[in-house]
Amino acid sequence: MGEFLSLQEAVSRYVEDGQTIALEGFTHLIPFAAGHEVIRQGRRDLTVVRMTPDLVYDQLIGAGCVRKLIFGWGGNPGVGSLHRMRDAVENQYPCPVEVEEHSHAGLAERWRAGAAGLPFGVLRGYVGTSLADHTKTIAAVSCPFTGEELTAVPAINPDVGVIHAQQADRDGNVMYWGITGVQKECVLASRHSIVTVEEVVDEFAVRTGGVVLPAWAVDAVAVVPGGAHPSYAHDYSDRDNAFYAAWDPIARSRDAFADWLAGVTEGIA
Amino acid sequence: MAVAAARELTDGAVCFVGIGLPSTAANVAWRMHAPSAVLIYESGCIGSRPDRLPASIGDGVLSESAVANVGVVEIFSYWLQAGRIDVGFLGAAQIDRFANINTTVIGAYDRPSVRLPGAGGAPEIAANCGEVIITLRHSRRAFVEELDFVTSLGHGTGNGCREQMGLRGRGPSAVISDLCVLRPDPVTKELTLTSVHPGVSIDDVRDATGWDLQVADEVEVTPVPSSDELTVLRDLKAAS
Repeated sequence: MGEFLSLQEAVSRYVEDGQTIALEGFTHLIPFAAGHEVIRQGRRDLTVVRMTPDLVYDQLIGAGCVRKLIFGWGGNPGVGSLHRMRDAVENQYPCPVEVEEHSHAGLAERWRAGAAGLPFGVLRGYVGTSLADHTKTIAAVSCPFTGEELTAVPAINPDVGVIHAQQADRDGNVMYWGITGVQKECVLASRHSIVTVEEVVDEFAVRTGGVVLPAWAVDAVAVVPGGAHPSYAHDYSDRDNAFYAAWDPIARSRDAFADWLAGVTEGIA
Repeated sequence: MAVAAARELTDGAVCFVGIGLPSTAANVAWRMHAPSAVLIYESGCIGSRPDRLPASIGDGVLSESAVANVGVVEIFSYWLQAGRIDVGFLGAAQIDRFANINTTVIGAYDRPSVRLPGAGGAPEIAANCGEVIITLRHSRRAFVEELDFVTSLGHGTGNGCREQMGLRGRGPSAVISDLCVLRPDPVTKELTLTSVHPGVSIDDVRDATGWDLQVADEVEVTPVPSSDELTVLRDLKAAS
């Protein structure tokens, strides 16, 4: 219903321990502020889904919120590894994190199936790779019409999907543009959805490539200017590449990360 | 290395571009000999003409300069898996003699000694593009006898493997490193040294390769980058 809530209220109302949640965004429009709110509220045992978990999932993992990660590519783009994620996978610190690993094409199909209310998606993928040996959610399927062998992956339907967008109107409809990723699928596949926005406008302008989500397809809208930082919101902010570089030494050190985390829980990061 | 990789991209080719070295090479290519090449990034940007090197695959400069921007579901299904891409341009952490790629783990999967970023778009790019060009730096840690994990299939176990698996793309056609160019043998599909970069010897390449490297009967020397190519590359890096 596109209800306007504060971010604190929205996360508190919809995100619970043990749930499956997704904070989507493809380099662009990553809902960092919402991730920090999940950390502040101390959620635990979450299964987190994302095609390209970058810093915000490194932060959630390092903060001990995550029990399982479903993903396609986990790195700090252009910089290197996600060191909190690696510490969890390699050394079970601060807690063990189970990994369910896909390709981007496979996860995209899982999102599409989830959004469409179908039980599984189909793709030409994974053939000859080791992924199918380690990931149970990859299976062979034959086309009932041609007999062709294809790959099936199950739908993703998180409890809560969270995205960041440029604008909402006063009715709670949401609009975003630029690189649009899988955010539409994320919102439609999730049982509940939270959208943080840069600002509220009286009327949306017509924009090439703009995506509009009707208010009734979204649960909560929270106005959080700069809520994608250090990611960016096209026409509102630039990607803070310096922060992505600065994250590397923070995430490499458990102590430096603990200092960063203290800043978030005190509401200053 | 970037210039040698750029030369592999032919004019007019529709190219699915990975970030890093592949993106640098593709952006040199369209400024030089391949002005009609179409650059596609998996963030959904089709026909991008960035005025600097993108810092990531979702850099705003890619969407601003694109002919069309589509969602990620669409880019992988309608454009990649449907067979509309001529060339996939990939990087790799490790590669074997049949140009299979590992970007997932070093060591055991459940207790890895190094956890790498993972698959991203690469498995389906490697499977579905008409051909695949791979760029990575040469070392025994990267060019290995056996992969711990096959993230993206090259030529599998050799001749006929891809066809047997029903893959439609022809697989890797070249591997460009900082030392040389390797191409699959037309019959066995095993990577074969066909060209060394200026100042590099065949033994240098052998020493940096973790398997008994096949060497072509006549090994060429990769032409030195032209001053135009170097200028384009330097300007791109300076602008980024």
